Amino acid sequence: MSGSAKAALVAEGLRKTYGSETALDGFDLVVPEGTVCALLGPNGAGKTTAVRILSTLLKPDGGRALVAGHDVTREAAEVRRNIGVTGQYPAVEEILTGRENLEMWGRLYHVGRREAQRRTEELLEQFDLTEAADKRLKHYSGGMRRRLDLAAGFFTVPKVLFLDEPTTGLDPRNRNEVWKMVRSMVEQGTTVLLTTQYLEEADRLADQISVIDAGRGVVEGTPETLKSLVGGDRIVVTLAGTADLAAAAAQVARFTGTEPEVDAEARRIDAPVRDRVGDLVEIVQMLRGQGHGVVDVSLRRPTLDDVFLHATNRAGRRKEPVG
Amino acid sequence: MMAVLGRARWAVTDGWVVGRANMINWRRNPGLIFYCMMFPIMTVVFGYVFGSAMSVAGGGDYREFLMPGLFGQAMMFGVVTSMLAVTSAVSRGVTDRFRSMPMAQSGVALGRSFADMFSSLIELTILLGCGLLVGWRWHEGPGKALAALGLLLLWRYSLIWVGIYLGLLLPPEAAGAAYVPLLPLTMLANTFVSPEKMPGWLGAIAEWNPLSSTVSACRELFGNPGVTGGSWVAEHAIELAVAWPVLLLVLFVPLSVRRYRTLSR
Ligand SMILES: Nc1ncnc2c1ncn2[C@@H]1O[C@H](COP(=O)(O)OP(=O)(O)O)[C@@H](O)[C@H]1O
Ligand SMILES: [Mg+2]
Repeated sequence: MSGSAKAALVAEGLRKTYGSETALDGFDLVVPEGTVCALLGPNGAGKTTAVRILSTLLKPDGGRALVAGHDVTREAAEVRRNIGVTGQYPAVEEILTGRENLEMWGRLYHVGRREAQRRTEELLEQFDLTEAADKRLKHYSGGMRRRLDLAAGFFTVPKVLFLDEPTTGLDPRNRNEVWKMVRSMVEQGTTVLLTTQYLEEADRLADQISVIDAGRGVVEGTPETLKSLVGGDRIVVTLAGTADLAAAAAQVARFTGTEPEVDAEARRIDAPVRDRVGDLVEIVQMLRGQGHGVVDVSLRRPTLDDVFLHATNRAGRRKEPVG
Repeated sequence: MMAVLGRARWAVTDGWVVGRANMINWRRNPGLIFYCMMFPIMTVVFGYVFGSAMSVAGGGDYREFLMPGLFGQAMMFGVVTSMLAVTSAVSRGVTDRFRSMPMAQSGVALGRSFADMFSSLIELTILLGCGLLVGWRWHEGPGKALAALGLLLLWRYSLIWVGIYLGLLLPPEAAGAAYVPLLPLTMLANTFVSPEKMPGWLGAIAEWNPLSSTVSACRELFGNPGVTGGSWVAEHAIELAVAWPVLLLVLFVPLSVRRYRTLSR
């Protein structure tokens, strides 16, 4: 890499196919040291495949990747010494307690029994598991499992940490906990590559977002760049009939200053707003004043769909995500 | 040389750490013991009921003849235990965590084999108890009896590695269905009937079944009936009871270790 910061991770033209299915199709990524990169994409985009290749679990069919300065295929052992991984589903031994799980993983990092025990206590504390330490995993909630899984991945304070959908399936409270923990790991100098299906998560955690679809990068940038691409919050108004939809859309366009998206079939007008509640009230009042029947109105934050829509220049809606 | 020794030491240490975790299963899951006793108890009842109706080639008590066969068969069923354990660890993602760590790459498989060996010891002890209960005995002294048990455990150990490899190779559903082809394989041997009493070609296959060598060797060392000479395989039962498992180990240990490394599901 030329230029300023050193890269903790470089991927160039990674390709992977499963039979006739192309999972990665020339995937590139550069993540500077000490930063958080979010790989954002729908189900089936190739996120897990990318993470598995970068963490030496899977061989790419083409391209190359360096993690912590080592080639993932030719220097896999070196790479493993520098990474921590948590997969899409928590990898924990059900039959063991939380403490036993951590001690076992620790011993396998070859830090010695004493150090494994010391570090285990530290991690239990840091990941808020001290109380449940001697309970068997089958009594753990999804959030606790996830935290234990993260603690295991963080055992040696790795240079690079891979987190595959760390908050999928968690309730908002646990999701916030996980976010907090990811931030504290970054504070200790770890570079994080995480995957997510949620724009909000990427926005909260990442210095850099890379949007991936159908095995390749679609758009890349800071959360601000992406948000400026899609704009802020949006209002969605559903009308009673379709007859005056065009007229109503024109009024909304005049009010917001941009052309709204119109879904004729659902009788919906979707437009960006600046002042969430103020704009909502005014738009509804305006429409009703003009005799339009408003049956539903809601505010929404931009989603992954919006990013795609704008990144691909509205060249038609992308296909529905699978699974 | 030092590097190789160092690696081997880590493989064993890591194997021990992984294996010990797997063994805790036994302490925490007392139900597992009952599950393991099902098969021995059923077969002992089976032997007891049919024992009197069957005759043994070369004379002797059928129960005395049957027990070594049942021991060998039970050890062979261990293939399925290992397959299931391996597929379960892979599907829970635990295997991937191991694989992404800087631990010895053979440690995972080695740990599995240690843990399964521990279960085998428990299982064999229960089987021996059941055998003694229905009147089976060894007649050639404790030394030879121990040698026979050693051969049974060697047989089991080699099959653990076959199970590990197949568990990594086949889809998870296959592991559960493995009893289907396995059961006839354990019967197409000298387990229940002497191969001499089978139709010619079937008898030849049964005689060459590696299980038959272990069972014959055990019958010989325990001093149980049914040791009939004649063919080359039958004459060299003890040698073959060592050679077959060693051959399986030489094949399947490297295959399994390599399979873990290249696993890409
Ligand atoms: N083991 C596999 N066998 C066959 N196809 C696979 C396998 N793993 C992933 N795929 C396919 O590759 C594509 C990318 O999958 P994945 O990397 O899991 O995406 P994501 O993690 O973004 O949901 C999908 O179309 C998926 O069906
Ligand atoms: Mg995935």
